[in-house]
Amino acid sequence: MNIQNTSIAARRSPSAEGEKIITLAALAVGGQGGGVLTNWITAVAEANGYRAQSTSVAGVAQRTGATIYYVEMCRDTGRMPVFALSPAEGDVDILIASELMEGGRAIMRGFVTPGRTTLIASTHRIPAVAEKTVPGDGRADGQKVIEAMGIAADHTVAFDMEALAKSAGSMISSSLLGGLAGSGALPFPKESYEDVIRASGRGVEASLRAFNDAFDCATGKQQPPQPEAVTKQIETLHVPSRHQDKWAQLQSRLTALPVAAQEMTGLGLTKVVDYQDLAYGEQYMDMVEALALTDSAPFEMTIAGAKYCARALCYDDILRVADIKTRASRMTRVRDEVVVGDDQVLMVTEYFHPRFEEFTTTLPGWLGKRLRNSSRLEAFYARYLDKGRRIRTDRLRGFLMLWAVSALRPWRRSLLRHETEMAHIDQWFATVTDVAQRDRALATELLANYRLIKGYSDTHVRGHSKFARIMQALPILQGRPDAADWMRRLRTAALADESGAQLEGALATVQSFAGDAA
Amino acid sequence: MAERSFAKEVQKLKQGDGETFSGEGILAITKALLENGVGYVGGYQGSPISHLMDVLADAQEILGELGVRFEASASEATATAMLAASVHYPIRGAVTYKSVVGTNVASDALSNLASGGVTGGALIIVGEDYGEGSSIMQERTYAFAMKSQVWMLDPRPNLPSIVAAVGDGFELSEASNTPVMLQMGIRSCHVHGSFAASDNRRPDMTVSQALESPRRDLERIVLPPATYLHEAEKLTKRKPAAERFILERGLNERFGQPSGKVGLIIQGGTYNTVIRALNRLGLADLYGDTDLDILCLNCVYPLVESQILDFCEDKEAVLIVEEGQPNYIEQQIGHMLYKAGKRVTLEGKGMLPMGGEYTGQVMLHGLGEFLTAYAPGLMPAAAVTKNEAPAPIPDLSDVLPARPPGFCTGCPERPIFAATKLVEQELGEHHISSDIGCHLFSIMPPFDLGATTMGYGLGPASAAAFHNEDPHGRRSISFVGDGGFWHNGLTSSVGNAVFNKSDNVIVIVDNFYAAATGGQDILSSRADNKTKQTQNSIVEACQGMGVKWIRQIDRTYDVTKVRDTLKEALTTQVAGPKVIVASSECMLNRQRREKPLLAKATKEGKRTVRPRFGVDEDICTGDHACMRLSGCPSLSVKDTGDPLRDDPVAAIDQTCVGCGNCGEVADAAVLCPSFYQADIVSNPTPREGRKARRTQKIIDWLQRRRDAKRVVFA
Repeated sequence: MNIQNTSIAARRSPSAEGEKIITLAALAVGGQGGGVLTNWITAVAEANGYRAQSTSVAGVAQRTGATIYYVEMCRDTGRMPVFALSPAEGDVDILIASELMEGGRAIMRGFVTPGRTTLIASTHRIPAVAEKTVPGDGRADGQKVIEAMGIAADHTVAFDMEALAKSAGSMISSSLLGGLAGSGALPFPKESYEDVIRASGRGVEASLRAFNDAFDCATGKQQPPQPEAVTKQIETLHVPSRHQDKWAQLQSRLTALPVAAQEMTGLGLTKVVDYQDLAYGEQYMDMVEALALTDSAPFEMTIAGAKYCARALCYDDILRVADIKTRASRMTRVRDEVVVGDDQVLMVTEYFHPRFEEFTTTLPGWLGKRLRNSSRLEAFYARYLDKGRRIRTDRLRGFLMLWAVSALRPWRRSLLRHETEMAHIDQWFATVTDVAQRDRALATELLANYRLIKGYSDTHVRGHSKFARIMQALPILQGRPDAADWMRRLRTAALADESGAQLEGALATVQSFAGDAA
Repeated sequence: MAERSFAKEVQKLKQGDGETFSGEGILAITKALLENGVGYVGGYQGSPISHLMDVLADAQEILGELGVRFEASASEATATAMLAASVHYPIRGAVTYKSVVGTNVASDALSNLASGGVTGGALIIVGEDYGEGSSIMQERTYAFAMKSQVWMLDPRPNLPSIVAAVGDGFELSEASNTPVMLQMGIRSCHVHGSFAASDNRRPDMTVSQALESPRRDLERIVLPPATYLHEAEKLTKRKPAAERFILERGLNERFGQPSGKVGLIIQGGTYNTVIRALNRLGLADLYGDTDLDILCLNCVYPLVESQILDFCEDKEAVLIVEEGQPNYIEQQIGHMLYKAGKRVTLEGKGMLPMGGEYTGQVMLHGLGEFLTAYAPGLMPAAAVTKNEAPAPIPDLSDVLPARPPGFCTGCPERPIFAATKLVEQELGEHHISSDIGCHLFSIMPPFDLGATTMGYGLGPASAAAFHNEDPHGRRSISFVGDGGFWHNGLTSSVGNAVFNKSDNVIVIVDNFYAAATGGQDILSSRADNKTKQTQNSIVEACQGMGVKWIRQIDRTYDVTKVRDTLKEALTTQVAGPKVIVASSECMLNRQRREKPLLAKATKEGKRTVRPRFGVDEDICTGDHACMRLSGCPSLSVKDTGDPLRDDPVAAIDQTCVGCGNCGEVADAAVLCPSFYQADIVSNPTPREGRKARRTQKIIDWLQRRRDAKRVVFA
């Protein structure tokens, strides 16, 4: 007779006197201080007259992989209990997860059992390599894990313990310990935890702060740090007086647009004007207005147009990079980000590597075109100039170099790069407006395809080629009721990997429609 | 300098009678060695036994006081050969290594040692790296014990039992003139517990005394005809002596009621998991008291036939709990029972899985199945009925990203593989042989480089067959770490390539330590070490081996240079192996060394510079090309909050150590100009401060002037 998996979820039996073993597992990402945490927990248990045993698998723990620490404890009755050395499915009383997905992993491994397990989890994310390398947005959906926690655990204490520890100037191990103490899952008084932290000797004050904050969050006395929606810092747009009239004109054109599209267009307009000048803003408004004319509520196409036309017009060239790198607001941001004190000096080194292409496309169109085909010049450039440049923008020399490049802005329209970009944009936009007459949903997707064009040099070229391949599917898709949906799928596939393997597959499927139609 | 310092803990090794020792399993073993009068200790580090070597290294002073010689051996073969000191002299010796890889390396010496036998107790402590969390191929050390006929202890995983096993091991070794292996599981090496300490004992004979009065006995030397004698002796004298010792000393323990109709024969190492499973089935209390008859084998080889048959007498069914495969113990017991004509039903693999770790849940199912089949009366009703309705927990398998280990923040090996990727983008894919060590993380994303790994120091050797007839064709690239290089790579890989006129490319990844095992010093370490000779050149060693084309790169973070050097190695027409020694200090160790010094200097008012990297989020386009060439934990993605943008941008967090890889990769791969390096100068010189303020004034003026003319965010 076979016993089904689900039939043995047997609980541990207590001793005749009612003593019980408490099991606790901690899942951590390497480098998070899981060892410190387990040592603290063991010490707290022993200080409270318990026998405790901890185990871990060291080694890989230091090296960024996921690691499990395990503690068992039991009130000391004079006899040594037989402690297990690793957590078993369905047999964990307390599960500590130091990152959201590790909490999810604990659930999947069966370490979180309904009616039994207290789950203490930090809800912050440390994206895995596989999430980070996706050309689009490869981050996993954390909401699903949070929902699963509610179902799987008996009692959940989950909030951003990393943010809490950071604001207290400590490490996550302190706030996890606070979460554990506050959960009440262990029969030990709060003071005994604090004593153990004090005895540990290093960074005691900060650790105690993080511990107490987390304790209060776990007991509901304090509001845990809320996940803030990241908002772009509101920067004020400075309009010199001699430009005020033109700017006012643009503003009135903006308010004449459908209300739904005004917010996005407003953002786009300021971006474009900031990028080049007011005339560029007019050009942008022309594009958005053209779309709005053929659009109707809820004006999704116009909104998409407002977003992607701004992106297309603000292409990333050397002028743009030099401009951003020499702005006052940027310097302030760098100082904030790396935390520079008033009595400290900041040195900033920029990493540049302008290739022959960047050189020629930053020349006036006629000259650039002539020179880019000169193999002798290219060889000369490759030999003497094609190398990485470190530019110190905290020094006058380096700053002025970039400043000079950014000062080319008024002549941007005459540069070869602008010519190429505009040709590409015009062609794209003509296609969009043409399709918009018949299929607005599809036109909206065509607008969004500009998302593929990003990066610099080879990455930029790859983006362009993916964009072109997707646009080639247009004749096949046009006229189909699900054309927009397919266009969106193609784009999603193009963003899923670098090589374009997924895009190939998706395109092959689309090609098969053509076969069917024929 | 090892990753973890045990300088504080080793003071516990001085404890004596009446004191309670509390600490990790590893430390307990060290203490037990001293209590048992060990004369010399050696070994090679490797998880899970690395810390034992670190403890011993930190305890050298205490060892010295007792007259105990300690060596950090070059390899496990060296360590095992070291036990030769116990062949003729009554000196107790112990060596330690990770198994099964270490045992593989040691096996030549092990066979020789086992053949001649020993006079003094010889103990081999093997960290069995098997099961969940293991870093190596899944094999058992047991086979080595059987083939060489050395005995194997597998004590119950608690500190008193482990400590007792050390003493038993020495005595068993001496009683049977045979080396003894003491097997430690991953978790029992790191288990925290306590035991009653005894006084340390000086060795009865020290190695110095042995040198002063040399001995030799021809019959103990491994050379025919003595070897024939040895084989006969193993069968007629040593094994019977061992069996006698095991019975007389009661090495194997019996728990429960001997009259039971069913019983378990278990390996000592599985005892705690078995008891927990029985506890969950309601058949044992939390102290291990049970009615179920259990024979716990703390000595798993040899098995004493009379003991096994006695246990099985009058039983209807016996379950063998034996982790790992093949099921050597079960086979031996089956053989014994069959030859003795017994009718008892033997269960083992089948009810328990053939392979894999016997975790709590596996054990629970296996024992549950066995008892339900053969002793249903024993099973409490609660255990066989569904006592808990399974809750519908959502399936997260599609959501959870895998999190394999990778290079640390600031690791100097990352740029080597970024450069290799860039070379492959240019010259096409190559056959790449990997080796054991941190650099093996290259096979994981984002690098995805490396096709095989054949053993420590064998990276280049495993590319030996690849010889391109076309001198302009592609060559193989192989990697070997500095640890592997000194372990045996110098001869097996480099020497072999020179001798056979290989044309391939060898990259020696030199990070100044045996880094993957915890940062122990090796021959080419740059640190001064009181008890070791360090700072021996890898380049000179290779040249001594006959390498003609060799390049030393002193800063691996120079991705462009690594790329160009590798490209040159792959295309040069110089004959013979092309060796690149890529050197930069392991960042974990460097930070551990430099951080306190830097903090101290800053505090003292000295000028210090702390580098960090950052990303200009307005310049980053969110393509993440940089991450596909990095995988650095401190380089991650973040939302911009800008409705005009869809994809998260790159961001560098506070853990950045400013190694420079981001900027170098962006430069070498011509990725994008969004990276910047920020060097924060504490306690700047007055002149430096004045100059910075002056420059800032001019910059401010320029910025104000430009902004006054145009529409701009400010």
